[in-house]
Amino acid sequence: MAVAAKDLTKDYKYGFNDGDEFVFRAVKGLTRETVLDISRRKGEPAWMLEFRLKALEHFRQRPMPTWGPDLSGIDFDDIYYYVRPAEEQGRTWDDVPEGIKRTFDRLGIPEAERKFLGGVSAQYESEVVYHSIRKDLEKLGVLFSDCDTGLREHEDIFRKYFGTVIPANDNKFAALNSAVWSGGSFVYVPKGVRVEVPLQAYFRINSESMGQFERTLIIADEGSFVHYIEGCTAPTYSRDSLHSAVVEIIAMPGATVRYTTIQNWSNNVYNLVTKRAIAKEHASVFWIDGNLGSKITAKYPSVYLMGEGAHGEILSVAFAGDGQHQDAGGKVIHVAPNTTSTIVSKSVSKGTGRTSYRGHLKVYPKAHGVRSSVRCDALLLDENSRSDTYPYMDIEAEDVQIGHEASVSKVGDEQLFYLQSRGISEADATAMIVNGFIEPFVKELPMEYALELNRLIALQMEGSVG
Amino acid sequence: MPEAVAGTSVLEIRDLRVSVEGKEILRGVDLTVPKGEVHALMGPNGAGKTSLGYAVMGHPKYQVVSGDIRWAGESLLGKLPEDRSRMGLFLSLQYPTAIPGVTTVNFLRAALKGQGKDLKARDFLRLVKEEVDALKMDQSFMSRYINDNFSGGEKKRMEIVQMAVLQPEMAILDETDSGLDVDALRTVAEGVNRVRQDGMGVLIITHYQRILDYITPDRVHVMAAGRIIASGGSELVAEIEKTGYDPMLQAAGIAAEELAAAAAAAR
Repeated sequence: MAVAAKDLTKDYKYGFNDGDEFVFRAVKGLTRETVLDISRRKGEPAWMLEFRLKALEHFRQRPMPTWGPDLSGIDFDDIYYYVRPAEEQGRTWDDVPEGIKRTFDRLGIPEAERKFLGGVSAQYESEVVYHSIRKDLEKLGVLFSDCDTGLREHEDIFRKYFGTVIPANDNKFAALNSAVWSGGSFVYVPKGVRVEVPLQAYFRINSESMGQFERTLIIADEGSFVHYIEGCTAPTYSRDSLHSAVVEIIAMPGATVRYTTIQNWSNNVYNLVTKRAIAKEHASVFWIDGNLGSKITAKYPSVYLMGEGAHGEILSVAFAGDGQHQDAGGKVIHVAPNTTSTIVSKSVSKGTGRTSYRGHLKVYPKAHGVRSSVRCDALLLDENSRSDTYPYMDIEAEDVQIGHEASVSKVGDEQLFYLQSRGISEADATAMIVNGFIEPFVKELPMEYALELNRLIALQMEGSVG
Repeated sequence: MPEAVAGTSVLEIRDLRVSVEGKEILRGVDLTVPKGEVHALMGPNGAGKTSLGYAVMGHPKYQVVSGDIRWAGESLLGKLPEDRSRMGLFLSLQYPTAIPGVTTVNFLRAALKGQGKDLKARDFLRLVKEEVDALKMDQSFMSRYINDNFSGGEKKRMEIVQMAVLQPEMAILDETDSGLDVDALRTVAEGVNRVRQDGMGVLIITHYQRILDYITPDRVHVMAAGRIIASGGSELVAEIEKTGYDPMLQAAGIAAEELAAAAAAAR
């Protein structure tokens, strides 16, 4: 099939910017003073400042990782590490500065909030500018705020868990986040409480050369349930921005956490994120991870199955268009016996786009009775498209059932011909094949997000057939 | 039988030469199938029968070197498969392709839309349900991914469901009968006959007489080594059953070597 090279940014509908909106912006570059200033402005306790400064040292000492995608283009001196967009956090959208509110309106956030969400957090640059939670959830004791507020208002529980799942020295970018983190979400769901409507956080980078380092901490107490959804976009600029988040999840015994991401950064954003969950006895953690945007993404959501009978599931889909590299995957560490896990990775490469599946499955010696299946499927749309898989397995226990399947396929001439011979145009046929390929992922999303994802895929596919 | 007249709905294939990856598969095919008639196309393996179906439907691998394929007076050369479909042509594949993640219903909906026939959801679903019933398939096939983990027979029936929903004017059925048991064969044949009531033309590619017992052909053509070597009425079927293709091959001057070479090229 004939496919013309296409500039992806052309069809990226979130690439607008509303001009710079901020009340304070730190100078570019990362120094000890930057970290001191962030901590001082936030009025943090001493232990947090100490944590940040230690993390800064880790960041400086660690070499750039070279095992994965090419990160040599990142210029750490050409980044704003902290931008405060507004004086106050809004409790209603009317409290949010007009320009910023307009941005979120265009992104459809207030509308989604009215329709189907239990709580919304909207982060703009470094801070959460709008936050709400439904009264009924608040009454049940559900905490949902930005991470700074979590630290300020619930320091006891915050400090108990913060940095315990992903220590500051875990990797270079986790260290960076730990040094300059700001915003993100803090969620606590009390014992036995089921939050039946999703909580959503939306992350927006607005200015050029921005660094966004949100930090998310989710604690689901015994037998509780929560579904957290995040989305993200940024304007298209010629200079690169950096998004480096850390997400920690603790699922207490019998709790279930679903964490859904639709990542749609503009293709000048380096998206280097560390996400990890701990699942205790009979707890379940689901990462539903969709990567459509960014220049380079390196992200491998992980689940540590620490308690007997715990379950982890990672379902990821990556779409790499021209010039994009999606290095994604998942890790599951079976520490306890009779734990189960599933990893399903679906990747689509188009034009010069490149996808990599990088996975790690580890089973500790005492983890008998483990069952795990890993499946990664790659779909290539063009001759130039590329896909690689790096599935590491480290099985130290006997009496385990491990399944692994991988496939790479091209959008087949036979499939295209079949659809076309029924009257479907080549462009529509290609989109149908791609949508069909990622269907197992889409059906895990709430309907509104499934529709959104299908629309985004259609946009990426548009004009792709010459 | 009527002679082909420009402007009427006739499938006309004239001195058609087709190659695949540089190898000539069709070597001067002449064939005329008017709308409303049933023609059978028979012949030994590797004769080029399937290739002819693909060439008519515009599969990109099948390059027309010379000659012409015309439908309703218009040349199909250079037209995309979707255009040919929209003009009323249909090809039931010998080995239908699975499209994982695309349900039968969504597939048919997109196909009808592609044809410019956008039915109301309720009418559409009723139509599909009726045809699935008529082909004695379980309703669950509507929400299954098209051809994915279907048995060979289920795929063949699904092709006929599609034909019945799309209502083409000319259908080429490529070995739709192979792999079907007696009951399934009757069901499929009844399906074809039902759609045919509206005047559809049919070109049945087959190795066996049995489907032609249900769908009586107006004309029978025998193909070998990339061209038509004999044409006649339905009596030709009985003759082939009795004597095989050898007498026709000899009469056409096709030696065993040429047959083998053609079959190798078609592989």
